[in-house]
Amino acid sequence: MTSIGTGYDLSASTYSPDGRIFQVEYANKAVENSGTAIGLRVKDGIVLAVEKIIHSKLLVPEANRRIQNLDKHLGMATSGFQADGRSLANRGRDEATSYRDYYRQPSPVKEVVNRLSMYVQAYTLYSSVRPFGVSAIIGGVDKTGPRLFIVEPSGVAYGYHGAAVGKGRQLAKTEIEKLKLSELSTREAVAEAARIIYLVHDDAKEKEFELEMSWIGDETNGLHVPVPEGLLAEAERKAKEALETFE
Amino acid sequence: MDHFPTNWGRPRNDAHDAFNTYPLHQRPAPHTDTFAEGVQRTQQPIVTGTSVLAIKYKDGIMMTADTLASYGSLARFKSIQRLHAVGESTVIGASGDMSDFQYLQGLLDGLVTDEFTAGDGDALGPAEVHEYLARVLYARRSKMNPLWNSLLVGGVKDGESFLAYVDLLGTTYTASTLATGYGAYIALPLLRQAVEGREATLGADEARRILTESMRVLFYRDARSLNKFQIATVTAAGVDISEPIVLDTAWGFAEGIRGYGGQTQ
Repeated sequence: MTSIGTGYDLSASTYSPDGRIFQVEYANKAVENSGTAIGLRVKDGIVLAVEKIIHSKLLVPEANRRIQNLDKHLGMATSGFQADGRSLANRGRDEATSYRDYYRQPSPVKEVVNRLSMYVQAYTLYSSVRPFGVSAIIGGVDKTGPRLFIVEPSGVAYGYHGAAVGKGRQLAKTEIEKLKLSELSTREAVAEAARIIYLVHDDAKEKEFELEMSWIGDETNGLHVPVPEGLLAEAERKAKEALETFE
Repeated sequence: MDHFPTNWGRPRNDAHDAFNTYPLHQRPAPHTDTFAEGVQRTQQPIVTGTSVLAIKYKDGIMMTADTLASYGSLARFKSIQRLHAVGESTVIGASGDMSDFQYLQGLLDGLVTDEFTAGDGDALGPAEVHEYLARVLYARRSKMNPLWNSLLVGGVKDGESFLAYVDLLGTTYTASTLATGYGAYIALPLLRQAVEGREATLGADEARRILTESMRVLFYRDARSLNKFQIATVTAAGVDISEPIVLDTAWGFAEGIRGYGGQTQ
């Protein structure tokens, strides 16, 4: 059934006769049109990578970051509307801080993900709001080890070994499936993540892009931080090399 | 259901216990207003730490405090850390109420986390932490509800070393040698003599020796002190808080002390 002109897509509080909520599906479309974001959960940590499309040469390099910190041990990469991603990250920071204030310890990744997913879900219930136009990959290291989740516009959240959202997610997923994630170190995963982002970027259609990467694990003392410049440059060089042999 | 018969209504004759309620249990006192005596604020510290000492030296600052938290004159907790790293370039040391210090630790850790999550590459340095603490402590004293601490704040940022004091009134001052509590009377003159004028040339080993000797003197003279202490070092490389150091002390001379106490001759 088409959603156009039927009147069932005018608000997130209305089901269509076959049980869908079109506003949520449109939100997913917003994500599908955005630059790819991936997350890898490996042996000793998490690597997040984003293909940030540069829509103007006048932009300051590294502006409008799409990977953000929720806490010292929690990172979030978003795909979709940048402003919605910012807003969601703000909420994530509040939840992580609130957990720390209540329990005097860093939050489990799952706890913040659960709270955020309930928050996102609430935006699918009312006619006065629109659902979040982002899928968020949330990764971190807690007592139980590295953990990786995706929160979707509908409010569902699943845990993953490897995550991909955005325009190039299909190709990215097949590439991630080829990796032996449980045997990789974060350092190796940085190179793989860079390679995958370069691979899924469609330079025939798209303008230039900037590779944005962060990691967390034993190498970073459990802090979610941007991948150091030297390592990032090295990973990009290898990614470009791999791209030439791939084609 | 109230099971105490005396609460059901008094016997008609107090001399005759018709309901066999002897011994008469205490009747509940009339409800007293929680705030009848006014809102109660901290009027004295409870679990306390004694002196903190700090000096500037060639590579940065060095701070020391023993590991005792006293309950009055009782040596209640003997391995409490009173030095606390705030971010990568600052250390604070606390004397006074230890619960208030723990509250401040939580406050500062939250601040450092917020600064980290902002992800803009900026971090709080010792001067900012000191100013923040001064604002918090002054605000609390102005509410007639002070946080009962004397704190030393030290650190190194952008090649500049920083050392300052702040207390429960919000009073602040700075010097190249600082001490809180009893140490301000006993150890500070020693520190000044050893350090002042030599801040730029004083080596780490010498600085450590000066602080250790001062802690030894304090242990002999301060009845709320302990011979176990830690030394925090802040240099351009970051903060390092040592494992507890135990002092060897000699008390043989005590035999020969005359003039007070319970000697028999």
